[in-house]
Amino acid sequence: MKAPNFAYLRATDLPGALAALDSYGTGARILAGGQSLMPALNFRLDVPEVLIDINGVAALTGIEIQGDVIRIGALTRHAELEASAVIAAEAPLLAAAVRHVAHPAIRNRGTIGGSLSLADPAAELPACMVALEAELVLASSAGSRTIGAAAFFRGLFETDRRPNEILVEVRVKRQTPNRRHGFAELSRRHGDFAVVGIACQADVADAKVAALRLVVFGSESFPRVASHAAAAAQGRVLSRALRDDIVAALLEDLDPSDNLQGGAATKRQWAQILAGRVVAQITAA
Amino acid sequence: MDAVTRATITLSVNGEPIAATVPVRQHLVDFLREDLGLTGSHLGCEHGVCGACTVRVDGIAVRGCLMLTVQADGRRIETIEGLSESGAIADLQAEFVARNALQCGFCTSGMLITAAALLERPRAMSRGEIREHLSGNYCRCTGYQAIVDAVASVLAGRIAAGAGDR
Ligand SMILES: Cc1cc2nc3c(=O)[nH]c(=O)nc-3n(C[C@H](O)[C@H](O)[C@H](O)COP(=O)(O)OP(=O)(O)OC[C@H]3O[C@@H](n4cnc5c(N)ncnc54)[C@H](O)[C@@H]3O)c2cc1C
Ligand code: FES
Ligand code: FES
Repeated sequence: MKAPNFAYLRATDLPGALAALDSYGTGARILAGGQSLMPALNFRLDVPEVLIDINGVAALTGIEIQGDVIRIGALTRHAELEASAVIAAEAPLLAAAVRHVAHPAIRNRGTIGGSLSLADPAAELPACMVALEAELVLASSAGSRTIGAAAFFRGLFETDRRPNEILVEVRVKRQTPNRRHGFAELSRRHGDFAVVGIACQADVADAKVAALRLVVFGSESFPRVASHAAAAAQGRVLSRALRDDIVAALLEDLDPSDNLQGGAATKRQWAQILAGRVVAQITAA
Repeated sequence: MDAVTRATITLSVNGEPIAATVPVRQHLVDFLREDLGLTGSHLGCEHGVCGACTVRVDGIAVRGCLMLTVQADGRRIETIEGLSESGAIADLQAEFVARNALQCGFCTSGMLITAAALLERPRAMSRGEIREHLSGNYCRCTGYQAIVDAVASVLAGRIAAGAGDR
């Protein structure tokens, strides 16, 4: 189908985009990569009054190291994350995950800011942000604020972003020698949204788990931090037995939904299988 | 800047400079097909799933159904018509014909443009990697085998010809 009627405004800087957001209020949509917004418009699932195109806002672009964090501008395309040497070296979890996001032509346009703002429960990048304990920077014409990823994602397509705010950048801690990652997902076809997926970061010192942040997505309504799995791993030596214990403990963390992708019981089983693979990746690293 | 419902833009399409006034709700492929008569880019789904609408913007493959025409202002657009005329993928097109990698042809322009990205900087790839690269393009006819065969064979040909060193 064709998109409904709307007006279009090309923002050239952040204050201009924020001012437009203020004046149009809930009738406005930010247009970033358009890879989720445009399908919604073409389906007429959404009938906004105006699109505020932020693709020309240079302040929202770029991947840079700033001290002990990596700053990733909201307009960073999935393909840029995929190709970035900084991301490969400093946030390898993201490099591993982004290959699973959609297909090349979509990765050429889609942005990290769009993916995080949309908060699709089956999207890879929100789960990675939670696993990485990233901080998200949101701006409004009143100023900016920073929020942790785990607090930002609140439910199905629901975030802590207020209607007058633009997600400006994310800040991810740089890789340390003790940090390991794992990623696995089940999807019908390469590039499809995950039916179940797991993004995981672990701090390992002297072969012992100092911290495990295992995040389940796809099957849950938002990126779910597996706190029982983390507790089972705390302080223990990486081993086959630990892997089995983590996989068993994970059951307590899961709350999968029944839908066309599969029943809850099936998804629990898939999540456990993927968790086993992810812990194996971390053990082998 | 004010919000508009029509916009005047200038862009290059297959090397030709073009100026046009378009409704802002129009997507790029409707502009190419309806306004410019370039019907080689197809519309299968208009929601990003099938890949039949794939075109190049500033040299990069994108979904033409998910980009507004107004966003092409100042950009360089290439369609299958332009790529065919330039001869840049003549080897791939010949291989598609030789291997019956198309039947109805609806997916073909999108397949060719998607595959062209792999051929520009050729490196050895497994069939699995080629399939992964083409995973966003649906073909309802061929069953994909012949398409992957054609891409694999042209890739091998270009690597052998040393195109990778250029
Ligand atoms: C066929 C297909 C397959 C896909 N498969 C996957 C997949 O496997 N995994 C996956 O994760 N994604 C997938 N996607 C979605 C893709 O990753 C999108 O790029 C992403 O979800 C949205 O990013 P965008 O930049 O395109 O945002 P847009 O579509 O431009 O915007 C999405 C939403 O976020 C808002 N928004 C955008 N940027 C900002 C910002 N900076 N601040 C505030 N609000 C903002 C918009 O107003 C809109 O509501 C797929 C898309 C398609 C079409
Ligand atoms: S028409 Fe654009 S992806 Fe199907
Ligand atoms: S040849 Fe008919 S869809 Fe591919």
